[in-house]
Amino acid sequence: MEVLAFLIPIALFLGGLGLAAFFWALKHRQYEDPEGDSRRILNDDWDDQPRP
Amino acid sequence: MPKGARLLLSLPTIHCAGCIGAVERALSQAQGVRSARVNLTLKRVSVDAEPEVTAAALIERLRRAGYEAHELDPGVLSMTETDRQGRDLLMRVGVAGFAMMNIMILSVAVWAGASDATRDMFHLISALIAIPTVAFAGQPFFRSALGALRAGRLNMDGPIALALVLTVAISLYETLKSGEHAYFEAVLMLTFFLLIGRYLDHRARALARSAAQELAALEVPRAIRLSDGAEQTVPVSQLSVGDLVLVRPGGRVPVDGVVTAGRSEVDRSLLTGETLPVVTTEGAQLSAGEVNLTGPLTVRVTAAGRDSSLHRMADLVAAAESARTRYTTLADRAARAYAPTIPLLSLGAFFVWMWISGGDLRLSVNVAIATLIITCPCALGLAVPAVVTAASGRLFRKGLLIKDGTALERLAEVDTVVFDKTGTLTMGAPVPDNLDAHPEQALGVALALAGASSHPLARALAEALQARGVRPAEISDLREAPGYGVQGTWQGRPVKLGRAGWVGATHAATTGAYLSLGEETRSFIFADALRPGAEEVVQALRAQGKAVWLISGDVTAAVEAMARRLGIENWQAGALPEEKAARIAALQDQGHRVLMVGDGLNDTVALSAAHVSISPASALDAARAASDMVLLGRDIAPIADAVRMARVSTRRIRQNFWQSGLYNAVFVPVALLGLCTPLWAALAMSLSSVSVSLNALRLR
Repeated sequence: MEVLAFLIPIALFLGGLGLAAFFWALKHRQYEDPEGDSRRILNDDWDDQPRP
Repeated sequence: MPKGARLLLSLPTIHCAGCIGAVERALSQAQGVRSARVNLTLKRVSVDAEPEVTAAALIERLRRAGYEAHELDPGVLSMTETDRQGRDLLMRVGVAGFAMMNIMILSVAVWAGASDATRDMFHLISALIAIPTVAFAGQPFFRSALGALRAGRLNMDGPIALALVLTVAISLYETLKSGEHAYFEAVLMLTFFLLIGRYLDHRARALARSAAQELAALEVPRAIRLSDGAEQTVPVSQLSVGDLVLVRPGGRVPVDGVVTAGRSEVDRSLLTGETLPVVTTEGAQLSAGEVNLTGPLTVRVTAAGRDSSLHRMADLVAAAESARTRYTTLADRAARAYAPTIPLLSLGAFFVWMWISGGDLRLSVNVAIATLIITCPCALGLAVPAVVTAASGRLFRKGLLIKDGTALERLAEVDTVVFDKTGTLTMGAPVPDNLDAHPEQALGVALALAGASSHPLARALAEALQARGVRPAEISDLREAPGYGVQGTWQGRPVKLGRAGWVGATHAATTGAYLSLGEETRSFIFADALRPGAEEVVQALRAQGKAVWLISGDVTAAVEAMARRLGIENWQAGALPEEKAARIAALQDQGHRVLMVGDGLNDTVALSAAHVSISPASALDAARAASDMVLLGRDIAPIADAVRMARVSTRRIRQNFWQSGLYNAVFVPVALLGLCTPLWAALAMSLSSVSVSLNALRLR
């Protein structure tokens, strides 16, 4: 059962990582236009090089 | 870098990736535009541009690219754009969700058979995660419950807050006593699902609020003030009595006033419903909201802002609105019936078990807590917001904005639909009606002449001729005579397009433009075009079994012709604003629920008197303010869809109530018998919440 001493902190850490990623996305306005963002992928305007 | 202008445009017709690309390309190629970003969810584009770029130029550019666009006032909109409260709620949803998942890992281990020290440790870790999470994520419920208690009421959040606090406290006590059951995952699940419901509810409300603001912003009212001969564009709110205002052809009269110079025809259809323009000369009275058609007019302001006839009508509307009885939604009724039963049931369970077990406090409290958790209205909190979000999202995609949260439920009860004619079933804009009566040559000359003018009739004529594929004739010496028409020389002959008197033709009974080809004169008759979808909407509503009425302020002949064309049996012509409202009141007294669709100032009282109301985006702001929903595009067909959608979604809401009631009916006895373990609670809660959400998504 000693393995729990590693596994539980690892699980909590990974969960925290996910939460941090969620906060980052929220803060950078990734949820402002979910519909538009899902369609923009079909746009081939900047496929060759990134937008300057 | 100089501070540029930020412009916001509403784009009611965009719907796909191609539209995004086309709009952004069209705008970024325009002179002075730095960047343009489309938001498809809100159907808006925000443009960052040099200060000299005007919205009108961009709208024209988009129109040529094939997209309808309206200017929005960024000042009014800025409030909803940074939706702090929504992001705050979303953050709490996220925290509750991640905490729930982590605790679930531990709980599954406990359910799978972890015992003794391992179980106690897992419970303890769960408590360490759950207590701060509930303290943070549960705040909306605690705050709302406290607020209600202070006001001496009990709302739905009271039992919820009670359940959260009590369950955490008892679970912590059990953990420290190394008890068998702790409900940490159930508490977090409850928080998580309820927060989702709360967030959806907030979003629906925020959308309704932003719809109202978007509409306030749709019409940015400006006027051209003449001071010492110089023209100056100012907001209408800065005008005062005695100012001189210039109204260009095609412009809307911003104030009440008297004409001091100029001669023109005025379209009063928005105020009275008449389609025929009225000839206006010096000394004539104008009311705010009328549209100047032909020559420029100089108007001395007699009443502006709050005193103008527009605002007096708005006051009438306010009076009619306050008379409209407050509507109780399904959710309110359910909450009122359900909220007190939760604490009562668990209190009852506590006392009964105290009596059965002969005073075993710990057992009785555990049963009471299990009952509290099971009865907590997890699915109930999702039942309405999930359906409303799905329905309003679908309607928005079809071009309908819902301004009022209860509009959907009221729309579902409608059995009679009353339409206004001018501007609602018709476009309220003239189109030439008798092009077939003229030879190709005359049409070519007319196109060349009309193309040189910005007069609304000339523009409508040019557009119609271009659409027919007519080639413009070659004309030299093109000159516009303001207020009269356009003239030029064609094959050595003088040609004119304009008013009857100036051209030398006899005036026809309806709106017209006249063409002179030297010795011969021809007349182009204009008629109001039917709005796209008008025929379909009437047919679809009749197929749904609704009674359809046409009530207009226009003359009998025009209304009768329209009614016959659309197959509407019940019609009334020449109706004054009060008569429209009275007719609707009479229908409602007979027990009918009336949907009013109208756009004019003469409709506003009727719009607010009806059970529910819809107006097109082209309507006057007073009319839009008085209605519950607004049609963003030109097509009127979505109204029939909206009525159907409203019925379906109300049915879904009822189904959801029954569904969550059914789960309670099954699991409450289990809890009352003391058989409910944390596993049962978690299962019941997630099953009911997920099935309720799935039912909402079924909406088409």
